[in-house]
Amino acid sequence: MPVFWILAIVLVLGAAGYVLGRARALSSAGDDYRSLHSLPSYYGWNAFILTVVPALLVLAAWMLIAPIVIDGMVSGLVDEGMQEGSNLSLLMSDVRRLAAGLDSAVSSGALSASEASGLVADNALAGRLMGLGISLGSSVTETTLAAAQRYRGLAAASQVWMAVVVIALAAGGLLLGLRRINPSFRARNAVETGLLALLILASSIAILTTLGIVLSMLFETINFFRQYPASEFFFSTTWSPDFRGNSELGILPLLWGTLYISLIALLVAVPVGLFAAIYLSEYAGPKMRAVAKPLIEVLAGIPTIVYGLFALITVGPALRDYFAQPLGLGNSSSSVMTAGLVMGIMLIPFVSSLSDDIINAVPQSMRDGSLGLGATPSETIRSVIIPAALPGIVGAVLLAASRAIGETMIVVLGAGAAAARLNEGLTEAINPFEAMTTVTVKIVSQLTGDTDFASPETLVAFALGLTLFVITLALNVLALYIVRKYREQYE
Amino acid sequence: MNDMRPLERIVDTDNVKIAAKNVQVYYGDTHAIKDVDVDILANTVTAFIGPSGCGKSTFLRCINRMNDTIDIARIEGNILLDGEDIYDKRVDPVQLRARVGMVFQKPNPFPKSIYDNVAYGPKIHGLARNKAELDEIVEKALRRGAIWDEVKDRLHASGTGLSGGQQQRLCIARAVATEPEVLLMDEPCSALDPIATAQVEELIDELKETYSVVIVTHSMQQAARVSQKTAFFHLGNLVEYGDTGDIFNTPQDQRTESYITGRIG
Ligand SMILES: Nc1ncnc2c1ncn2[C@@H]1O[C@H](COP(=O)(O)OP(=O)(O)O)[C@@H](O)[C@H]1O
Ligand SMILES: [Mg+2]
Repeated sequence: MPVFWILAIVLVLGAAGYVLGRARALSSAGDDYRSLHSLPSYYGWNAFILTVVPALLVLAAWMLIAPIVIDGMVSGLVDEGMQEGSNLSLLMSDVRRLAAGLDSAVSSGALSASEASGLVADNALAGRLMGLGISLGSSVTETTLAAAQRYRGLAAASQVWMAVVVIALAAGGLLLGLRRINPSFRARNAVETGLLALLILASSIAILTTLGIVLSMLFETINFFRQYPASEFFFSTTWSPDFRGNSELGILPLLWGTLYISLIALLVAVPVGLFAAIYLSEYAGPKMRAVAKPLIEVLAGIPTIVYGLFALITVGPALRDYFAQPLGLGNSSSSVMTAGLVMGIMLIPFVSSLSDDIINAVPQSMRDGSLGLGATPSETIRSVIIPAALPGIVGAVLLAASRAIGETMIVVLGAGAAAARLNEGLTEAINPFEAMTTVTVKIVSQLTGDTDFASPETLVAFALGLTLFVITLALNVLALYIVRKYREQYE
Repeated sequence: MNDMRPLERIVDTDNVKIAAKNVQVYYGDTHAIKDVDVDILANTVTAFIGPSGCGKSTFLRCINRMNDTIDIARIEGNILLDGEDIYDKRVDPVQLRARVGMVFQKPNPFPKSIYDNVAYGPKIHGLARNKAELDEIVEKALRRGAIWDEVKDRLHASGTGLSGGQQQRLCIARAVATEPEVLLMDEPCSALDPIATAQVEELIDELKETYSVVIVTHSMQQAARVSQKTAFFHLGNLVEYGDTGDIFNTPQDQRTESYITGRIG
């Protein structure tokens, strides 16, 4: 039975639980429903929750775990018949593809169910399957076919059992929910507990996902450091990956590119964003504010790839023609400056809308106090508002910084994909009109194309990613800490 | 009250500090202050009393042009400070506010050190030539604010860390440090406990030696204790103005009497 139908049945049972529960509560109360502990609908919701929640939890768990269990059972079969030199995970993916292909052939009517289970592994089979739209990595061996058939059998059985168990649970929940109804049952509190569980579930999903991401990165990173010395990675000043081996994978040139571009971006975004926020919150009239604030925030809605194009075809060439070439600083239209400027523009709404909120949170009484002492508006802003809002503004800047560090598209299109050359002298390294690139861009380029997930040249991407993650995490924690401290100030 | 020759009148009552003539205040379409005429004397404490929403704060804020900071507020009529119209185009409201200081209902120390709170005004207006002079001004102001003894050992601790009563006295010291000529106080004791209130009242009594003090208060007793002149506002009108004793003992207007005896408010 397809999952959709299982879901539908569970929900119908749940709805029945609501209606019946409510009716039962009303009838158990006699003619005066005020004698019930809770409002009648709470009894209905309680029956609904008992029906739906355990059933859906089991459904979700089954769908997550069943493929793993089936894989484990089938891979034993594959393992036994495996030929020398072939790879278990590749074979297993063939098995799965074959099983899925057979299933779809049956459901589309290209094969009858008995034909599908009666296939024999001969030389013609691969061609025949190809004709049915099933393409396989290698030829179909006896083992693969047998495993695929077993796979199909197990999967079908699992589907049936899943439907039975889930629907039985829902029905059981429904009965239990209805049985528990009597006037003194505290349905309201039971519903409250149910809602609490839902909220906790939602927050744990967010947390567990983060944890999962970190762990998977961590494992790959550990793999990388088994093959490549950590000291080289962290301290080497050369980045020259070579898929034939002998790569030099130092993070420093990339980190330098990341920090340099981010620094320029912040030098653009922080003053402009902050001044815009000050204008909007302290000087602009309501009409001006109503127009200007959304306009600035439109900038935040532009996809970064569009900023990248702007950097590539407008800002880059302009900087090269009017600054870099006349000053003799380089001939490249891809440069740190290009990416930094454009990224700075991207970050302006970030800084301005956060700072605007923070400046608005400074109580009006602070302004009154300062103006009442004969200070001008700008003196008030400089000596009272900004110092009072400073921790929050610093938090906003740090958040913008972590955005800048993680940005990829603008860098590829604006600053190019060549790592900084730290070994060719200081001027090369700090010339803002040199092409340079960042950690994120290199992560992408190490993982695109034909890659072998066992070589250090590929695995380095995870080490780079984890390093970046640690840096931005540290920045975010710092920002949150500062913002939180700031909040306490006016309590 | 409808004398149209302000300059002559000021000559014959030479201690009038502020003279308001026909003052109207509108918030958008709301007419918040109607036709108010009042003379506030130098070296006197004047109390503004009246039910909530009758326009006491609005009128007080007209005197140092704090209403300029509210977009929808519009003021008509004249307010003269030492015979000079403060709404004249040539008058700089910023300069004016240095002459007419204000203490607000809720203590609002800046999130800076106690020292910097008090030094704020003198620094802006360049009242001190060097650090030693500034120290002296700060100490003098804190002493006048009757808070010096409590804070002299922690001048560099944050002003927001003080108790409510201390904060309000700090705000008074802060206002005093700028050496204003008039001090406006909008319900300065409403957030304070009785002991702090008594300290602030004592302070107001001393301040009148140097300044003209205008205090808005909801407490009849407080008005009676600290003020020499009382103005009763009702629905935007100045109903009655006179010596505090007269207002409390022999009110001329029915509304004043009802308010003082607790029947409206
Ligand atoms: N900023 C403002 N915007 C609009 N109306 C205001 C504003 N401030 C005060 N008012 C109105 O003006 C009237 C007088 O208010 P206020 O001067 O604060 O009274 P009081 O201080 O005597 O309690 C009230 O009706 C109030 O609603
Ligand atoms: Mg008021």
